[in-house]
Amino acid sequence: MSAAVSAPEGQLARVWQRFRRHRLALAGAFVVALLMASALFASVFAPQDPTLLDTSLRFVPPFTDWRYPLGTDELGRDTLSRLLHGGQVSLTVGLVAMVTTVLTGALIGIAAGYLGGIADTLLMRFVDTMLCFPQVFLLLVVAAFVPPTLLSISLVIGLTSWMEVSRIVRAEILHLKEQDFVAAARALGASRTRIMVRELLPNAAAPILVAATLKVASAVLMESYISYLGYGVQPPLASWGNMLTNAQGYFDTVPWLAILPGAAITLTVMGFNFLGDGLRDALDPRLRMDP
Amino acid sequence: MAEPLLQVRGLEVHFPIRSAMLRRRIGTVRAVDGVDLEVARGETLALVGESGCGKTTTGKSILRLIEPTGGSIRFAGEEIARHPPARLAPFRRRMQIVFQDPYASLNPRMTVGGILAAPFEIHRIGDAKDRAERVAALLRTVGLPPEAARRYPHEFSGGQRQRIGIARALALEPELVIGDEPVSALDVSIQAQIINLMKRLQAELGLAYIMISHNLAVVSHVADRVAVMYLGRVVETAPREALFFDARHPYTQALLSAVPEPVPGRRRARQVPQGDVPSPANPPPGCHFHPRCPLAIARCAQEAPAPRIVAPGHAVACHLVSP
Repeated sequence: MSAAVSAPEGQLARVWQRFRRHRLALAGAFVVALLMASALFASVFAPQDPTLLDTSLRFVPPFTDWRYPLGTDELGRDTLSRLLHGGQVSLTVGLVAMVTTVLTGALIGIAAGYLGGIADTLLMRFVDTMLCFPQVFLLLVVAAFVPPTLLSISLVIGLTSWMEVSRIVRAEILHLKEQDFVAAARALGASRTRIMVRELLPNAAAPILVAATLKVASAVLMESYISYLGYGVQPPLASWGNMLTNAQGYFDTVPWLAILPGAAITLTVMGFNFLGDGLRDALDPRLRMDP
Repeated sequence: MAEPLLQVRGLEVHFPIRSAMLRRRIGTVRAVDGVDLEVARGETLALVGESGCGKTTTGKSILRLIEPTGGSIRFAGEEIARHPPARLAPFRRRMQIVFQDPYASLNPRMTVGGILAAPFEIHRIGDAKDRAERVAALLRTVGLPPEAARRYPHEFSGGQRQRIGIARALALEPELVIGDEPVSALDVSIQAQIINLMKRLQAELGLAYIMISHNLAVVSHVADRVAVMYLGRVVETAPREALFFDARHPYTQALLSAVPEPVPGRRRARQVPQGDVPSPANPPPGCHFHPRCPLAIARCAQEAPAPRIVAPGHAVACHLVSP
């Protein structure tokens, strides 16, 4: 009595179908893709060397000189080239920080959620403690001790922003671990590690993915904060944050120097946030169409 | 009688009730409160009772999925109630479980092949190729095509999923399978298929079953012996025929009288116990059933009745039953 089996139906295809209906998310995905491409090929697209000084050509306004499409800054450096290279820095920091955040947050969230008891209490009180400090202060304190490099900035941002992720993951695990498939794994003699990694983690993938996307946006923002405050990416290396710092003195006379990196940050953060929102809607298990 | 495969004595599962703020223990839920059971090799023991009587907790604590707080569990002669996880591992292969809800018991992110290969991975049996063959064989055993291994659980119906759950339970060739209401979540037409599958597998593989159920029609079809639970205790244990035609405990009689009778006029009128089932956090003293029992006497409120043998294999925990 062999039972009929329905044709396989791609789960991914259905996720994509729901994602496609979300216009802003599509726009976000497009912006993110564009930013990634421009950052990846920054040195190809950039018309000039972003660190090349030419004091005879300071404050060229945008769209007036074809060699400097977006004008030049107070030292005569090409703004477009600096934006492109700054984007490379921002996205690198954003992605590395996101990976750090997600790894730390998921690890702590799964351990707290599945092990429960004293481990849960200790880990969650640690999270509460971390959340007591405003992130910017944490960042500045650490940045004062750690020499700023791309990697150290990313790690510092990542290690001060994983708390939300760990709470999301823990909540998800608390719900999942009561399911019978976990009891079945225990009845088979599966180890705790196996249950956490093989049974629970894949089921928490959707909220982790959404949190990861949103974390890129906040890491880009964080990087620009600390670079703006002078503790982040150091000149002459361009970053959107330190471009803003430099533009500060000329805001009333040459506003585009501040507006352009500001717009780049806004666009990136919005792009990732919309993408994250769209993913959340597309992956939300409550909207899942299977029985 | 030869040594039983499983012998449970005085099993207790008590859950603490803690206060919200200080986590002080302010009470105890006696979900399982001194249960004795025996299962022989190859037989089916049905564990019946109302919702909340502790039958599922009993089943899960035998498998140590819920930690028992007291009593003894002997499997094939070895006491396992207090074994640490490492010493429990060999018994995991010999005792398995089929869950009630086939939608919750299969990991939605794993393929059926992954789900069925897990037992072999956990116990380091065979290599990848060998495991794939075993998975295909398991699927055939439960009446599913081997191609099912590539699919995800959500692509199957409830009955098909329950077959997958049964295949997983059989993977390690256990001697005892606990069925926790294995058919109650299925359509009636599918229930018979799954029951027949389980009976066929029992005959082929010599399995012993503990069938947890509240459905006496299912029980009358599959059980060799029946244990009736009320509020954390077994009130009556009997061979199937004796239970259905010669129930002695007032609770069992009330339970049987609630079953729709396919042969009209054969049994006396329904006896409906008064009131609700008391809370297991605050069970009545003496016999747990006495506040609802139509026959209760003063002694029932003071002294918990010990099971007494009224016929071979037929034990009743009631003061009013004489051997």
